Amino acid sequence: MAAPPPSGGPGRLGRYLVGAFFLAPALFMLGVWMVYPAVYTIIRSFFGPTGFVGHWVGFANYKTLFTTSTLTTAIKNNAIWVAVVPAMVTAVGLVFAVLTERIRWAVAFKTAVFLPMAISAFATGVTWRIMYQQDPGLGAINALGKTISGAFSPAGVLSTALPSTPSLQSSAGALVLKTPTHPGGVALLGLTGIAPDQVPKSSVQAVKPAPKPGDVVGTVWRDFKPGGGKAGVVETGELGLPGVTVELRSAAGKTIQSTKSKSDGTFDFAKVPAGTYTTAIGAQTFAKPFGGFAWLGPNLIVPSLLIAYIWIWAGFAMVVIGAGLAAMPRDVLEAARTDGANEWQTFRRVTVPLLMPVLSVVFITMIINVLKVFDIVYALAPESEYAKANVIALAMYFTAFQGAGNFGVGSAIAVFLFLLVIPVLALNVRRFRREA
Amino acid sequence: MAAAAPAIEIPNPGDAVSARILRAITRTPINIVLVVLGAAWLVPTIGLFITSILPASADASAGWWQIFSHPSLATWSNYDALFHNSGLITALKTTAYIAVGNTALVVILGALAGYAFAWLDFPGRDWLFIGVIGLLVVPLQMALIPMFKLYDTFGLFDTWYGIALFHTAFGLPFAVFLLRNFFAGLPKDILESARIDGANEIVIFLRLILPLGLPAIASLAIFQFLWTWNDLLVALTFGQNTTPITVWIAGQLREFGTSIDIIAPASFISLVVPLCVFLAFQRYFVQGLLAGSVK
Repeated sequence: MAAPPPSGGPGRLGRYLVGAFFLAPALFMLGVWMVYPAVYTIIRSFFGPTGFVGHWVGFANYKTLFTTSTLTTAIKNNAIWVAVVPAMVTAVGLVFAVLTERIRWAVAFKTAVFLPMAISAFATGVTWRIMYQQDPGLGAINALGKTISGAFSPAGVLSTALPSTPSLQSSAGALVLKTPTHPGGVALLGLTGIAPDQVPKSSVQAVKPAPKPGDVVGTVWRDFKPGGGKAGVVETGELGLPGVTVELRSAAGKTIQSTKSKSDGTFDFAKVPAGTYTTAIGAQTFAKPFGGFAWLGPNLIVPSLLIAYIWIWAGFAMVVIGAGLAAMPRDVLEAARTDGANEWQTFRRVTVPLLMPVLSVVFITMIINVLKVFDIVYALAPESEYAKANVIALAMYFTAFQGAGNFGVGSAIAVFLFLLVIPVLALNVRRFRREA
Repeated sequence: MAAAAPAIEIPNPGDAVSARILRAITRTPINIVLVVLGAAWLVPTIGLFITSILPASADASAGWWQIFSHPSLATWSNYDALFHNSGLITALKTTAYIAVGNTALVVILGALAGYAFAWLDFPGRDWLFIGVIGLLVVPLQMALIPMFKLYDTFGLFDTWYGIALFHTAFGLPFAVFLLRNFFAGLPKDILESARIDGANEIVIFLRLILPLGLPAIASLAIFQFLWTWNDLLVALTFGQNTTPITVWIAGQLREFGTSIDIIAPASFISLVVPLCVFLAFQRYFVQGLLAGSVK
């Protein structure tokens, strides 16, 4: 608390003067750059786009704010930000803070997670734009997606292949040879549309197998050679397609046997009972590779921004919560454990309630940050997606300073943002007064 | 539980080995999870750096991780070209002027006011202090339009000091709050005895308060420096030809695909300075953060 006035010190006027000397510069700046503009902006929000005199519009700017679709999108998006980010950041920060308590390299981990806090949200936007590129060959996130999806449903060996003759027809992703076959028959499955670098390396000259009694044999081959060749005929210079899944189907269309073609493209279904069959190339052969999500496209842009933002702020939450954790009375935790509480119960019933004040500080701080979010949206969202990614601060900037240059609506947006922050201001002032 | 083991482990010949192995086993999953998470937090920045040292043609044809199979692609030519780019050099200088000028002003004005609020007695002091703190959450959007007009009138538009002054005003409430609380916690006897010795307030401020308040001042200075170095919105609004590095890069973003050999290295340059400041003064940064949010 403040010192009492020293005995024999200057009088009331003198104390005013000394105080004024120390305070004047700061108060001048706060007055000119904060108080005056705030009052001006509130008044300005009731006037038209260009000026004051004769441009009184009442609440029309606020009506515009709540009826123009790009602006309502901004409000809706900000609502999503407020609903998701503070909770996620607090949760992630809490998990990190608790987990790092148990490792020896906590300092290294904390530094890594905290680093994004030092970097501008703008540079982060650029960084994540590189990560989010749609082509899995360029963007790391989609490359990871491709690796994972490749493990579960691998891309086909011949994803671009097409039938070389109309007798092969597409059915549920597979290519079925229309001409039925019998034991002792030969099935020719010719494909085109395969680039030379897509032909498997083990491939050799295609061979048309001789018929075998009791077996259905055939070949899968690249029915194309430089100069063209004749469709449906295995010719010299045409390559077999190894590793292709060939299915033998009953007349009812049920797959009875399946096998893989050899280097020369041949396959052999042995000991086939008498009857009529069709042959088909399995659908998995033509499965398209994972093409990547359009993270920065209209549907995913908001989640993409949220992820990048959480990435920035998780470190802040972790450090603040970690400090709270370090200040926690150890004996309470020990007592809970001695009483037989397990790890989870201790965390849920003791740690979290004791940390509540710190958690709420992080949560409230994040609400304020999220309401004012600007840089990351400006940097990460492509200009074409600004309308979809819009947030209040971005809408304010573009309304007032770009394109329309509408200071009336721009002021109304600023005041709206201010009104959203006031409840938080009330909370903060109460906290500061308690400490002061 | 193993996790609650005391920090200092005294080896006990009887159970030391088995207990340690047990502890190591129970900790392994946590370690693995944290290694993965730590990597997730580092990879984007590493990716930006690698992108910045690859030629544009390589960046357009494959992801940055190609460097692990083709290390010879790495080149400093993007950086070479940038350091001969007068636009970037000017932008860097502007950024430095804004950040340093702002930091100095905030520290000086904030310390003066913080001292007054902590140790000078004058009527209305506490209310005034609450008023200043109340300004903490006024969004800077509230000032953009009127200051845009005012700057135009007074010739501050498109100057580095105009941008720095704007940041100064919006940095002051936090500065005053932080320094007032720190100064108020300094030992009273030192100030009292100085006053009894006849030292005036200015001497006390310069000789006692500033040196003793150095930790808090350091925290504040780092905060302000990072905040203004990293700013985009204020400079975007009040600068036109006077642009700091963020705005300069933003001007190139429209051609993201084709200008990646400029955008990536310039972004990396823009983050190297705050990164070094942060790593060098991490302790003060965290202290300031905690003072601002927990206390």
